[in-house]
Amino acid sequence: MSGLAMPKPDAETLRRRAEIAADMRIIVPGEGVVDAANEMRAFESDGLTAYRQLPLVVVLPETVAQVSRVLKYCSDRNIRVVPRGSGTSLSGGALPLEDAVLLVMSRFNRILAIDYPNRIVVAQPGVTNLGITTAVEQEGFYYAPDPSSQIACSIGGNVAENSGGVHCLKYGLTANNVLGIEMVLMNGEVVRLGGSHLDQEGYDLLGVMTGSEGLLGVVTEVTVRILKKPETARALLIGFPTSEEGGQCVADIIGAGIIPGGMEMMDRPAIHAAEDFVHAGYPLDVEALLIVELDGPGVEVDHLIGLVEAIAYRNGSTTCRISQSEQERLTFWAGRKAAFPAVGRISPDYYCMDGTIPRKELPRVLAGMRDLSEKYGLGVANVFHAGDGNLHPLILYDANVPGELDKAESFGADILRLCVEVGGVLTGEHGVGVEKRDLMPEMFNQVDLDQQMRVKCAFDPNHLLNPGKVFPQLRRCAELGRMHVHRGEVAFPDIPRF
Amino acid sequence: MTTFTPSSSAETLSTVQWAAAEETPLELLGHGSKRGIGRPLQTEHTLDLSKLAGVTLYEPAELVLSARAGTPLAEIEQLLAENGQQLAFEPMDYAPLLGGEPGRGTMGGVLASNLSGPRRLKAGAARDHILGVAAVSGRGEAFKSGGRVVKNVTGYDLSKLMANSWGTLAVLTDVTFKVLPAAETEVTLAIRGLLDDAAVAAMALALGSSAEVSSAAHLPQRIAARVASGRHGSDAATLLRVEGFGPSVVYRIEALKQLLGQAGPLEEIAGEASKTIWRDIRDCWPFADGKTGPVWRVSMAPSQAHHMVMALRMQAAVDAFYDWQGGLVWLSMREDDPEAELLRGLIRKYGGGHATLVRASAPHRAALPVFEPQPPHLAALSARLKAEFDPKQILNPGRMA
Repeated sequence: MSGLAMPKPDAETLRRRAEIAADMRIIVPGEGVVDAANEMRAFESDGLTAYRQLPLVVVLPETVAQVSRVLKYCSDRNIRVVPRGSGTSLSGGALPLEDAVLLVMSRFNRILAIDYPNRIVVAQPGVTNLGITTAVEQEGFYYAPDPSSQIACSIGGNVAENSGGVHCLKYGLTANNVLGIEMVLMNGEVVRLGGSHLDQEGYDLLGVMTGSEGLLGVVTEVTVRILKKPETARALLIGFPTSEEGGQCVADIIGAGIIPGGMEMMDRPAIHAAEDFVHAGYPLDVEALLIVELDGPGVEVDHLIGLVEAIAYRNGSTTCRISQSEQERLTFWAGRKAAFPAVGRISPDYYCMDGTIPRKELPRVLAGMRDLSEKYGLGVANVFHAGDGNLHPLILYDANVPGELDKAESFGADILRLCVEVGGVLTGEHGVGVEKRDLMPEMFNQVDLDQQMRVKCAFDPNHLLNPGKVFPQLRRCAELGRMHVHRGEVAFPDIPRF
Repeated sequence: MTTFTPSSSAETLSTVQWAAAEETPLELLGHGSKRGIGRPLQTEHTLDLSKLAGVTLYEPAELVLSARAGTPLAEIEQLLAENGQQLAFEPMDYAPLLGGEPGRGTMGGVLASNLSGPRRLKAGAARDHILGVAAVSGRGEAFKSGGRVVKNVTGYDLSKLMANSWGTLAVLTDVTFKVLPAAETEVTLAIRGLLDDAAVAAMALALGSSAEVSSAAHLPQRIAARVASGRHGSDAATLLRVEGFGPSVVYRIEALKQLLGQAGPLEEIAGEASKTIWRDIRDCWPFADGKTGPVWRVSMAPSQAHHMVMALRMQAAVDAFYDWQGGLVWLSMREDDPEAELLRGLIRKYGGGHATLVRASAPHRAALPVFEPQPPHLAALSARLKAEFDPKQILNPGRMA
């Protein structure tokens, strides 16, 4: 990945940079255009900080009309555009390009409507994920998807990445909680998908937009569903001598018909790093630690805690603690939530991966990771959204040691290949971006990728919006449109009638 | 006039390749249980996918099931039930409304028409549960999207794009769905005798509580007698379904009673009786009269839909009942005229949404847009997307037009 090839900058666009910036200032007057290198520095990377690039110019529009005019201007002149929300992408989805306008949506930061009878919130895309919950929590409501970056990440970015979080096994991903969006196409056209009703009419473009990583359109308004907060939540902290037993416990909980609000697993290195950091009282003599959170009415939670405890015991748990207070529940979570910074304390740098696997393959994948860890000579700690099979291996390395970043990236790529090999996928919630772009052929053949790119062609026929992301190799839409099935090539008239 | 009946993905592929090369349109068919929905097709050839059947993977503990697209829904539901699981989105059966044998329909059809039921309110529709597909585009190319794990953001979600595409983008050959545990217990709380506006207010109150109501429907007076064989009488019934573990259901029903005690007389309906009511609402039994008069399926914001119905009644004779907290309206026109423009104008006036003419005579279906017409930019985008999947317009041409 370090040798990542991005689309070749367009010399003509680079040459006209000053003129483009001046035109942007006409479309977005005031403070909305940034073109001084030192001021653009803040935008040169997102959450994937190994990659940095100054954009052509940064534009921060305030109105839908401005977004539309910026995109139309760029479309007419063949100028590339990279959209950006809060810049928390862990896959480089908002990595700037040298010859692209960086369209920053952070000034779209207002909640437009709160509708309790219909349980919806209409928000501008720059509102943070947590900002939506904050706006409705006095009435006891919340917005369910909760990516760990929720204090910073924007709801528009959540749509772009189809963000998940700890609670998505029970409450769904962004795609399941968004009812409508307004978006601007690269040609400047404004389109609304869905609204305050259920199910979009016609093709499910809302479903395709969600998780499209800023390649199809720029979201300018989002309608989300809010939920009433559960009456209570309690957690169990369960330790196992082996990851197999922990994995079986997870399978048995689900087999018993229980879908916990959250179900997280950590391996020994992650447990130790977290315990050293926050002193949550985690057992240190176990190979796998499971946090199971049950939420709902008190009677339901109490009932299910009894069932889960029995299942844990049957699966050989050596320790099982049940939170007796809200404080204790939060302490159980404190270690898990601090797992990333905790690993940051024991290693100068870490690289966070994001594969999903069928859960039953966990022991095999963990064993594979141990082998890879030995092969590359780099440590790895694992946190795992156990309910849905989403793994976050944290590869430990030191960027100041020449070659270690490359080694960490190769290690990471091998882990993702392993995930695909056992029936899983490259990314569960962080997105492909630039990070996993070149691994896409591990999961998809050229026909699969071509069909995805054709979807792109329907939205953005000249590949101007966020190029260089998701697809390892961009093919021109005219070329993709050609049909390769010709009369006579397929057996006819002997076509079998089956 | 040829019917192709492939029994493998490879045979499906070669059929579509042939049709693409010949530029000859195909009507895609599973069991044909929803054939009466959409603009009538006039294709020379039919692609019958009902032999492309069989479960290819079912791992209950992983909450995942894969099947060939022609696998009967009924077979899947039975298999899941044997394992205490279900398709949580509760796919409806159009047979009572459209005529035809009940319990038909394939998994591919479930996705292609984005089926759901009363639990849509809480659990989503087919689109929310599809994990992956394999399909053949109108270009004659076999492609796949998604996977078999419940959390996946690798590449565009073309699986969701297949939802509600009615066979106009690609021929589904394999589908993988998320499956979920079936609830241990269900109880329905009925409030009797409410008018539409009071019912909508009561449902909003219930859904805004932490009682985790999974379905909320309102059957106005007389319509109520048309579910569960009239067992519950003809007084208007506002129905709230609570599902889950026994002790929790008892507690939540009690909480709803406290909340809604002033709204009207309350009844509790448990077990099979509750299931029957929701199945009948799901399948639109109140309008299953064996006739072909126009029936609309309308989705709007829950608080708005009954205002639209009230306005519609001023100008047309209609019967209506509500699901999804009031947001899903089933409308039966008493006259032969579907009144499409009037209805769609009122939907726009009352906050927007969409209307599908799910039942009508063939001439009406040929003359009127069965699916909600889209604004120009969106319609153009949808047309471009169709062209990227099916440039020769060979798959169900015109069905969604």
